[in-house]
Amino acid sequence: MALNKDSKAYTLIVAAVICLVGSVLVSTAAVVLKPQQTANRQLDRQVNILRVAGLYEPGIDVAAVFDERVEAKVIDFTTGEVAEGKDPSNFDPKAEARDPANRLSLSSAEDIAGVGDHSKFGLVYLVRDKDDKISRIVVPIHGYGLWSTMYAFLALESDADTVAGISYYQQAETPGLGGEVENPRWTAQWEGKEIYGEDGDVAFRLVRGGASPDDKHGVDALSGATLTSKGVTNSVRYWLSNSAYRGYLEKVRKGNADV
Amino acid sequence: MSESSKLVVEPIADNNPIILQVLGICSALAVTTQMMPALVMSISLTAVIVFTSFFVSLIRNVIPSNIRIIAQVTVAAVGVILVDQVLKAYAYDMSKQLSVFIGLILTNCIVLGRAEAFAMSNTPGKAALDGLGNGLGYSVILLIVAFFRELFGSGKLFGVEIMPLVTEGGWYQSNGLMLLPPSAFFLIGLIIWVVRTWKPAQVEKPSFQIHQVHRTEVL
Repeated sequence: MALNKDSKAYTLIVAAVICLVGSVLVSTAAVVLKPQQTANRQLDRQVNILRVAGLYEPGIDVAAVFDERVEAKVIDFTTGEVAEGKDPSNFDPKAEARDPANRLSLSSAEDIAGVGDHSKFGLVYLVRDKDDKISRIVVPIHGYGLWSTMYAFLALESDADTVAGISYYQQAETPGLGGEVENPRWTAQWEGKEIYGEDGDVAFRLVRGGASPDDKHGVDALSGATLTSKGVTNSVRYWLSNSAYRGYLEKVRKGNADV
Repeated sequence: MSESSKLVVEPIADNNPIILQVLGICSALAVTTQMMPALVMSISLTAVIVFTSFFVSLIRNVIPSNIRIIAQVTVAAVGVILVDQVLKAYAYDMSKQLSVFIGLILTNCIVLGRAEAFAMSNTPGKAALDGLGNGLGYSVILLIVAFFRELFGSGKLFGVEIMPLVTEGGWYQSNGLMLLPPSAFFLIGLIIWVVRTWKPAQVEKPSFQIHQVHRTEVL
């Protein structure tokens, strides 16, 4: 039978076969490599959390140290309590936000950090010292800078007020300017600053032109990166305010974090 | 030079996809701030071109001509997804850093260009070698650009400090332009200049020349 290569039937069949073979290849790869990829993502997250908690050194067994020292909890932002029935190990805030019952809708005035509607649940990581006391509280924060949403882990001391460290792990700000949010020499300035002011609201902010040395709430803004700096300030303001983690942090400060 | 080694060597300097054909510029701007991502990108792109050229050539007599471009893109897309998946599994940090640019290999004109111009009319073996040559040609330029951008932009090579930066307490005042995409344009322009001085055959003829008319001349 002579094939008519320009006939419609032939074209359709060839297209279907190419697509079929292609999709089999792609799905095989996706399925085979999935466990490795999930492990990588989890490891990456754990490294970032350990790093901001000051527990990370190159060469340690990340998963073991993480299991031993860090406890993840899912928090309900509306009550400030630990959410019952949520498993922190497979908690996905993005998936949660798809359920309207669990979604917080923000007005544009409330949404200072540009986070959009999000889940009313959030993760928090409690880092314990050798005596099983809480030594650090790590909260994931994010907010919009100039070009990108910047993701970070913010570590607080056990008083739930003093900053122990900040680590930006995903951002696409201008390299050399806003991209300096990842610079360890800059993030070192955060250590020891206090988040909440006398009135109990978030007083922490980046200061344009440089914070004075005795300013216990201020850190130098990044030079040449006004909008990135604003984004950083707003991320902290939003996530540590009453709309998010503050209720829970108050409880930790009063010492009933284990509720 | 045998024909097959010519297929591999020629695209590196004589018929380089970036500097002679000026294809694949977009990723050359995006991933060359550091050597390491540039190297991973080069390997990924070379793998995708070889894969695409080989398989397109393999099925070239089967593809109906009216859907041949779509068929080529499909083959290339499979290659890109495979590379992306492998990177996510075995080079997670790199895949995070290269993020969207691995996926964008699909839109790289070199891949489709070689599939349509060479693989569609040559045997799979030759097509794969041609893909390898073009991938290497791309890689060479990417690595040269990344070398200068990382060295002068961050004072490092492959993340190893060569010139300590002022911001890190050293003496080298980094060149901020090198960290921004436009610097790759300047570098590629300079490379083109150097190569065309070395190999004048690559200089393009002016597409238009002003013809001077003198009063005494009869047109």
